[in-house]
Amino acid sequence: MPPDNADPAIFVAHGLTKVYRMGEVEVHALRGIDLTLNRGELVVLLGPSGSGKSTLLNILGGLDAPTGGEVRYLDHMLTGASEAELTRFRREHVGFVFQFYNLIPSLTARENVAAVTEIAAAPMRPEDALGLVGLGNRLDHFPAQLSGGEQQRVAIARAVAKNPAVLLCDEPTGALDSATGVVVLEVLEKVNRELGTLTVLITHNAGIADMADRVIRLSDGMIADIHANPAKKAARELAW
Amino acid sequence: MKTLDRKLLRDLWHLRGQVLAIAAVIMGGVATMVMSLSTYDSLVTTRDRFYGEYRFAEVFATLKRAPETLTERLAALPGVEHLETRVRAGVKLEVAGFSDPITGLLLSLPDVGEAQLNRLHLKRGRTVQAWSTDEVVLSDTFADAHGFQPGDTLSAIINGRRKTLTVVGVAVSPEYVYQIAPGSMFPDFKRYGVLWMGRHALAAAYDMEGAFNQLSLTLARDAHEQDVIDRVDAVLADYGGTGAYGRENQFSNRFLSEELKQLKTMATIFSAIFLGVAAFLLNVVLSRLIALQRDQIAILKAFGYGYLAIGAHFVKLVLLMAVLGVAAGVALGGWFGQGLSNVYTETTFRFPYLDYRIDLRVILIALAVSCLAAVSGTLYSVVRAARLPPAEGMRPEMPATYRTTLVERIGLQRWFATPTRMILRHIGRRPLKSLLTVLGIACACGLMMVGNYQKGAIDFMVDVQFRQASREDLALTFIEPTSGRALHELAALPGVDFVEGFRDVPAILRFGHHHYRSAVFGIQPQGQLHRSLDHRLQPVALQPGGVVLTDHLATNILHVKPGDMLTVEVLEGSRPVRQVPVLGITKQYLGVSAYMQQDSLNALMREGSTVTGAYLALQPGAEAALYARLHERPRVLGMVANAAAIQSFYATIGEFILFYTLVSTLLAGAIGFGVVYNSARIALSERGRELASLRVLGFSRGEIAYILLGELALLTLVAIPVGFLVGVGLVGILVVAFQSELYRLPLILTPENYAMGASVVIVSALLSGLLLWRRLGRLDLVAVLKTRE
Repeated sequence: MPPDNADPAIFVAHGLTKVYRMGEVEVHALRGIDLTLNRGELVVLLGPSGSGKSTLLNILGGLDAPTGGEVRYLDHMLTGASEAELTRFRREHVGFVFQFYNLIPSLTARENVAAVTEIAAAPMRPEDALGLVGLGNRLDHFPAQLSGGEQQRVAIARAVAKNPAVLLCDEPTGALDSATGVVVLEVLEKVNRELGTLTVLITHNAGIADMADRVIRLSDGMIADIHANPAKKAARELAW
Repeated sequence: MKTLDRKLLRDLWHLRGQVLAIAAVIMGGVATMVMSLSTYDSLVTTRDRFYGEYRFAEVFATLKRAPETLTERLAALPGVEHLETRVRAGVKLEVAGFSDPITGLLLSLPDVGEAQLNRLHLKRGRTVQAWSTDEVVLSDTFADAHGFQPGDTLSAIINGRRKTLTVVGVAVSPEYVYQIAPGSMFPDFKRYGVLWMGRHALAAAYDMEGAFNQLSLTLARDAHEQDVIDRVDAVLADYGGTGAYGRENQFSNRFLSEELKQLKTMATIFSAIFLGVAAFLLNVVLSRLIALQRDQIAILKAFGYGYLAIGAHFVKLVLLMAVLGVAAGVALGGWFGQGLSNVYTETTFRFPYLDYRIDLRVILIALAVSCLAAVSGTLYSVVRAARLPPAEGMRPEMPATYRTTLVERIGLQRWFATPTRMILRHIGRRPLKSLLTVLGIACACGLMMVGNYQKGAIDFMVDVQFRQASREDLALTFIEPTSGRALHELAALPGVDFVEGFRDVPAILRFGHHHYRSAVFGIQPQGQLHRSLDHRLQPVALQPGGVVLTDHLATNILHVKPGDMLTVEVLEGSRPVRQVPVLGITKQYLGVSAYMQQDSLNALMREGSTVTGAYLALQPGAEAALYARLHERPRVLGMVANAAAIQSFYATIGEFILFYTLVSTLLAGAIGFGVVYNSARIALSERGRELASLRVLGFSRGEIAYILLGELALLTLVAIPVGFLVGVGLVGILVVAFQSELYRLPLILTPENYAMGASVVIVSALLSGLLLWRRLGRLDLVAVLKTRE
């Protein structure tokens, strides 16, 4: 559960840079990012491919380390943390949703969720998490028996079941048709609203940006602009 | 170079760990084959060349005594090309500083000119001078064992008279490639020696002037061996001939042939087992490896490459691996083969040279089998992958269909945490693949058991032979058949605890059209020292009036069963032919024998109580003094000490077996590791994405390692008992294939065998686990978020 104190900031990043060495060329994926992400927000990271949005998400999720600058999660410094500390950070505080679901094919929907709740500190019951995403009646189905949208909803249930402080979603609708995509976004919207989880959603689809509290546009490794979206739309009103 | 070929080389480099592991599997199989078969081929080639160059005779005969004037008559017999007579004398030898009894065989060399048959190859020194009286040439085994050099002296007791001999040369003879004392089972280079001496000098010492007691001859072209033998026998009948015989019954050649036959069996069986298992593993491993390339196959198809081009590409990939393995196997096998051949020629057979060669056919067979196994495993997977439409092929094979496993359905799932369920379901989803992995690991375990089975088997054989059947401390033979009263004199000697006499009669045993040239042993019915054993290895009392045969002799050579009448053609004295009932079958692992009660054998020979030798039990510490006294007795010809026999057995056959065991253990280990490591690596490739996803979700490296390595551990644990069964089966094949006159292997597997089999698998698994652990630390967590596979 996110701590209840006055400071709403969950992530604070200063001067983040990331340089990949791809063989003989250096790729500057991030060129100095300053950013604050607050409790309960739904943030959309928008940008074309290569703009650095995935790199940023990976650094926030503790999957990657920046080349320069620093990131703070609440009062933990993520930059310079050890592999084991990052693993514990992911395990306790972060929920991930991937473009290709990444479910474990040998486990049922319930067990995919349970795999995470078994190692979490204060999780929901897997059945409740699946109920939240509208799959209360598909508990004992294996991934192979579920449609793409259903699989992604299982993945969301798996991500939120541990009651994370932050939900990181990398192109969650990228592999889905638009009708199914909307259903998935509705679930994310519901989770954000009901659990108050900071939700960061990566997309290159500008149509999705309308459901965000804030939209951060990245271009060429830098923040092009940040704008608040006071007239945020419900997911079911979106179309692309 | 075409782009596809460049991809090939890069793939090979990228997969180098697995390529090496696969090559190790092939190498293990091929090296075993090359080592075994090249050793066999080399020894056969060397033998044939040696026999030819040094004019090894084709028919041999010993007799009591015949005048030299008979030589012309014998040489003129039809079918004889060249004939030579000799004097041959069994002697006792004395070497300063060595107190054990030494038996020697003195053979005459022509006084003038060189021998035409059975020529000597001089390794050192020179041959005896014409008309010399005390010069001898020694067999190299005996000379080496005692460190004799030309100029040294030793004593021989010839006909009861001590004579000092001067060593002038050291030689090898085609007649004595395999040297073994009469009545002994193994070569003992320290206690048995062959010596050559001038004819005149030996005849004078042995009271054979103007006479001979041995001859050998070569056959004229088109001559029929048996006809010549019959003619020679007819002439020698009046001179105490004991039956002429061909090469197949010549002592050294017979042992050599049996050993080579044995080696050939071992080479063939081991090669078949090792190469067969390696081929199977190769097939399994490669088909899984290629299955992982399905997206590449789909992409190539999408580009418009045809089935043939795609198939050829992957076939080239695996052929390169196979060829690498075969090349390494041939090189290693050749190296081991030379080592093995040297062990053979240093411990067992004496040749003047060794023509080491690797038959091209062996290499071609190894290459063909390996390539066939590799290609068939590959094509199966390529065809399967290439049948899919390209778009579908490029999509990952996910999510695969899983089911709850049987153990869960019967309500046990609450006992398993989620990771354990993943392991069980993964195994259950592809039962055939899991089964093949288990079989592969089990084969490695079984090979290991075969590899080191022989040591335990040999210990067991020695125990049965020397501690249960032949329990005497000393066996001695008399110079000729002697009255049983001689035993009382022996029993009265100080240091002798107990004496049992025996009578042995050289004879041909015949049943139907089967026959075997050997001897009938008359022993004591309730013997304490020399006993025959039943199939449960319990001593059995001999019944009067008939003969009992070693199981191998009865069943596989003569094809008789208890109750049948055996024809015994005695080869000494008046050479009577008698019918004797077979009373029973005995169990014996080393050699083959026919036993009777001594009284019954005496009756068969129409003689009173007569013995040809005695078994002695000695008081501890009395050996040296007793040997000295026995040495002085002119009627005592040879002595074989049991302890020395065991020692020499281990020193000769033991050394060879240990070398072979060591090498095949190493190779089985290489195969085992190759299989386990590949199974683990492929499992990682198949599940890398899943495991990385779990890492992203916050699983620690240890937790995902449990899922991956838990499966490997479970399959390994299941494979071990299966491997024990495979090992017992393979050893069973070996036991059946190995039956020969020289020995039959017992089906004995010691706890050490099982432990070795299990440990190669466990150590391989641990090592593979360690390597995988390192790889799990390098899993690309970021990539799994973005890619499908």
